[in-house]
Amino acid sequence: MQHIPTPHNATAGATPFSLSDAGLAECRAIMARYPEEFAKSALIPILHIAQTENDGWLSVPAMDAVAKLLGIQYIEVYEVATFYSMFNLSPVGKHVLEVCHTVPCMLRGADDVIAHIGKRLGIKPGETTKDGLFTLKAAECLGSCGTAPMLQCGAKYHEHLTIEKVDELIEKFRSGEKRNNYTDRIEA
Amino acid sequence: MGRQLLLEHINKPGIRGLEAYRANGGYRSVEKALKTMTPEAVLEEVKKSGLRGRGGAGFPTGMKWSFLAKPEGVPRYLVVNADESEPGTFKDRYLMERIPHLLIEGIVPSCFAMGANTCYIYIRGEYFYVARILEQAIAEAYAAGWLGKNILGSGFDLDVYVHVGAGAYICGEETALLESLEGKRGNPRIKPPFPAVKGLWQRPTVVNNVETICAVVPIINDGGEEYAKIGIGKSTGTKLISASGHINKPGVYEIELGVPVEEFINSDAYCGGISGGRPLKACIPGGSSVPILPAELLYRTAKFEMRLMTYESLSDGGFQTGSMLGSGGFYVMNDTTCIVRATWNHSRFYHHESCGQCSPCREGTGWMEKILYRFEHGLARTDDIDLLWDVQRRIEGNTICPFGDAAAWPVAASIRHFRHEFEYHATHPTKVKDPKHCEKEPIPYPEKSYAG
Repeated sequence: MQHIPTPHNATAGATPFSLSDAGLAECRAIMARYPEEFAKSALIPILHIAQTENDGWLSVPAMDAVAKLLGIQYIEVYEVATFYSMFNLSPVGKHVLEVCHTVPCMLRGADDVIAHIGKRLGIKPGETTKDGLFTLKAAECLGSCGTAPMLQCGAKYHEHLTIEKVDELIEKFRSGEKRNNYTDRIEA
Repeated sequence: MGRQLLLEHINKPGIRGLEAYRANGGYRSVEKALKTMTPEAVLEEVKKSGLRGRGGAGFPTGMKWSFLAKPEGVPRYLVVNADESEPGTFKDRYLMERIPHLLIEGIVPSCFAMGANTCYIYIRGEYFYVARILEQAIAEAYAAGWLGKNILGSGFDLDVYVHVGAGAYICGEETALLESLEGKRGNPRIKPPFPAVKGLWQRPTVVNNVETICAVVPIINDGGEEYAKIGIGKSTGTKLISASGHINKPGVYEIELGVPVEEFINSDAYCGGISGGRPLKACIPGGSSVPILPAELLYRTAKFEMRLMTYESLSDGGFQTGSMLGSGGFYVMNDTTCIVRATWNHSRFYHHESCGQCSPCREGTGWMEKILYRFEHGLARTDDIDLLWDVQRRIEGNTICPFGDAAAWPVAASIRHFRHEFEYHATHPTKVKDPKHCEKEPIPYPEKSYAG
């Protein structure tokens, strides 16, 4: 396979990245949980922080910064970032709507929810709206089968969805200023 | 409703906090274990309880702990598997979100029995907010002296950390989980060596499900023998069942093992019957990986005995006419459900989640999804059923980890019990183009007898 440079995975000319002081402190606290010689164990939790600080996706400079922080090879970060579905390798919308569509949710109407959001926002699963506000994703089981259908946006689970509830949510997000991240501290 | 060993206090106000948890008898098991028992005695109680792993495989927990290698000067670890990703299962999230201290309480005597001074809770990344709840509870437990150095003056030290994953079903497999915890891709390891000998960072490790560790609390409090009195035969104690799908009351229920399946579905204490008053069509009783059971094999076994919620009864008849208790992800389908669509959905899930390490699984799950896509969209021929059967049969047993089996079994069981629906899809291509064809006109079930 050949590496094909795109604006999203370029090394040259890419937007530089460095962790904020608060983010760096959090990373150091995470690294302290593991024996010093196994610092690499902190990789996945730290990638979450880097992703949050890089507008919800992992650019090559962001991954390289994590590699340097942990003292590991770049490839060790790339191979992990590409394996896990929560890491975005290209830019995403401000609000990523992940609608679970595995069987228990399907039985309770998840496909209708996805179709409705898609129609309303004019996008298919996997796409982002032109204004950069929303990304729609069809997710595999999110562990919320008893409260299906549901969608996840950032850290928050929105459960027992109906078409009306979805419309309300979209309006709420549209007027919200903050990006929704997995690492957000939310009232639960 | 049977005895509620884990969920008894779950709806009490403020139970997420240490104060309310302690006021409801929390952390008694830690006092009892650390002040009055030896590690061997704790292990003995767990063995006597007959507790079996609640994550899906049902392996005896006491035996797993006793396999732990104890070389001099090498740290040992307990890793709690909170990577709950099996479709249909949501019991661990319920426990950790509502009553996080129960898990932390269970960790202390468990680690004491193993001689482990560090515990990692590996939680799936999607549960980030639950990880925050756990971290908060752990901080409270440290402050109150239930964790940390020299707990209760016993000389036993214990550190507990939460580790978030990033969305990979395969990381629920214990060796993939350990790889992921080491900061790598979640590729399962070849066993042996088992984690009990070479686990996290090649050191002796026990990996247990959240519910398993929580069950240690009542076992220590009341004694293993008392726990073993609940249930039937080798299915002892209580089990959390995540009920979902076409039922009136979806949710997490704690049952005494041995409740009849018929009662579980229809009783108001549990699922409260099939939603919309429609007839039952099929049920997946233990998470997406276990074989589907059609209605006529669900309440009664092929021998016409009452089917019970136990490890043995649910698997009675093997895969021909039985299923498995698995992780307790119990989802029910009414007569409007298209089994072909559900099977396609399952195979898409497994294709998406295959780690890609073993060819039979990486390629086979993709082929199954493609063939099932053809069925669902009216593009298949009748002989594609045999092709599908052939593909699934070549995955099972030919992979490093049980994921391959888990991907093959649902497909095999769907063909075994609902072959007529696949035939219908192949012969009625224009009708099945409508995804809701089954809701308008359920596919008739042919007369069939499993007796004899």
